[in-house]
Amino acid sequence: MSSFSHGPFLWYATRAAGLVTLVLLTASMALGILNAGRFRTRRWPRFLVQGLHRNLSLLALAFLALHIGTTVIDTYVSIGLPDALIPFLSPYKRFWLGLGALASDLMIVLAVTSVTRLHLGHRAWRLIHWAGYLCWPVAVMHGLGTGTDHGRAWMVGLTLGCVAAVAGAAAYRAARLLPARRLAR
Amino acid sequence: MSQRLRVNPIMCAGHGMCAELLPELITLDPWGYPIIARGPVPDELTPMASRAAAACPTLALLIVEEEGR
Amino acid sequence: MTLLAPRPVHPGRAQGHLPRLLAGLADGSRAGLHLHEATFGPLPLPAEPASAAARRAASRLIDVVERSGLTGRGGAGFPTGRKLRSVAAGHGPAVVVANGCEGEPASRKDRLLLSRAPHLVLDGVALAAFAVGASQAYVAVHAGEERLAAGLEAAVQAREVAGIDPVPVRIVRVEPRYVASEQTAIVQRINDGPGLPTFTPPRTHERGVGGRPTAVNNVETLAHLALIARYGNSWFRQAGVPSAPGTALVTVSGSVARPGVYEIELGTPAGEVLMIAGGPTERPQAILVGGYFGTWLPAEAAWPAPLSHPGLRSVGAAMGAGIIVALPESSCGLAETARVVRYLADESAGQCGPCAFGLPALADALADLAYHGGRGDAAERISRLIRLIEGRGACRHPDGATQLAGSALAAFGDDARWHGRRGPCHGVQRPPVLPVPGDVEYW
Repeated sequence: MSSFSHGPFLWYATRAAGLVTLVLLTASMALGILNAGRFRTRRWPRFLVQGLHRNLSLLALAFLALHIGTTVIDTYVSIGLPDALIPFLSPYKRFWLGLGALASDLMIVLAVTSVTRLHLGHRAWRLIHWAGYLCWPVAVMHGLGTGTDHGRAWMVGLTLGCVAAVAGAAAYRAARLLPARRLAR
Repeated sequence: MSQRLRVNPIMCAGHGMCAELLPELITLDPWGYPIIARGPVPDELTPMASRAAAACPTLALLIVEEEGR
Repeated sequence: MTLLAPRPVHPGRAQGHLPRLLAGLADGSRAGLHLHEATFGPLPLPAEPASAAARRAASRLIDVVERSGLTGRGGAGFPTGRKLRSVAAGHGPAVVVANGCEGEPASRKDRLLLSRAPHLVLDGVALAAFAVGASQAYVAVHAGEERLAAGLEAAVQAREVAGIDPVPVRIVRVEPRYVASEQTAIVQRINDGPGLPTFTPPRTHERGVGGRPTAVNNVETLAHLALIARYGNSWFRQAGVPSAPGTALVTVSGSVARPGVYEIELGTPAGEVLMIAGGPTERPQAILVGGYFGTWLPAEAAWPAPLSHPGLRSVGAAMGAGIIVALPESSCGLAETARVVRYLADESAGQCGPCAFGLPALADALADLAYHGGRGDAAERISRLIRLIEGRGACRHPDGATQLAGSALAAFGDDARWHGRRGPCHGVQRPPVLPVPGDVEYW
């Protein structure tokens, strides 16, 4: 057990889980933005975009749990569960790790409010869901600042790919701001 | 107990997700807004009706429970 | 609570049971509190409105209103007694709202009543508040009608000084939009929201102002209530017909010699009402009954049609808010309808897709038919749009427009075919008969 918790396995696991979380979060974010822009093709009906957004978010949460879990168990650096969920608590890389905790909190809030959407009502849910636009960039920054792979070419490439995906979706959304609609809202 | 579908036309923004999931009962008018077939929801479609109501981005699709019939 | 014996009809007026609401308005000025009480007697409210005896009297008042057969004079014609009963049965203290927002451009009766006989309306408010156990009362008028609002404030003040109203009355100004005078829109406005219709349920009589059971009544309905409380349900039923008892105010306009507001007994044939308004100045081809939410009737069918909710329903029309417009033969009914539907489309709250998009499309199709001959299929397009739009809004605004359009196709079917073959008729160039705000004033 001790070599498990001291050795490099957990360190690799947490980095991997973190990267997968970031990719899943990016995909979910992009799909969410596309859905808000009413993206639709014959192969991609609305309910598919929405359903995929939802399922990838849940998968991202699962990998987030793995990412946090492996970090907490790893005794090489002492990061406890509170440090993972309360922003800027931990002295280790206080700022960058804090961003991670912030992103985690936001992901949990987004997930919980979405699961209870029917009880929350549309207006309250919508207000809270705007937090998604904060969550993703915070997660990206956490990845760049905390991780030990920053500077590596593949890491930079991956991050740029994520940013490009979300930027592309956002551009589509902005173009579809639907100025022709007359409904009063 | 039977179910009926109802749209809150003020909340409805014409996303059309309901018509994708429940084409047997919901069609879209020329402007993208749902037209609900009259009458109660057939028993075999009630799970899809629930799914359609949950999928509505503005929660405008409502399932109304009614007595009898 | 005792009911007073019937008052003698105002000296100088002779005919039957008229006038009732308009009694005491001979010289055209506003009836102050003094003249009001001299004409009708004091407000018949018990001295201690909160006592057990008073609560029983309140229930008896609702009985009397139910037995009188009074129905709403704002357009829907809902039985007033039943509405008061359901509000009184609601949870907690109730609210009374008098709807004086006369949104229909062709209607003038509510403004007449509010400016010339405000105390009759305010009596009705006080009595309705007593009947349902309300602790708040409002009178809603359109913003911009400052003289009207000022006159109302003065009347409320005079009553406060005299200590008449147990429930204080507040005047609420609602934006002068067509849809803002809808029942749920007024309630939302009073609740500090926008003056736009809301989705029901919950209905206003269950949860309205401040979430409380709210009775929203047209000001004319409340004026009738003020008289029923004094003279009783049998007295009320002496006028009108058994299926539609009492009198009503109607606004007559169009090609008649003396357009204006008249009080008639319900069930009076439309032709007779046109004669009361001085008779047609030109041979009428059709009558618009019920206002912009109403129906066109060809003149021959309209002339004998009894003006009441059941009477007009039997000929496929609707009473609405008592609006009668005579369309002369030289005008084009399709052009008039096209203009009105365009107005109704512009007045959409824009909250519901089928109305916000459907009504402009309907207006386009009607304009196409009226002014361009319709390219052969305009009537079908109009019918299809009517079926598409009907019943799919949160309020009845789109339904009013579709009803008007549908009745136009029926009443002016020959004209539609003529337009289709020969293009617009000469009538489209005539000055408009139906007033649309922004157009030339007709009064």
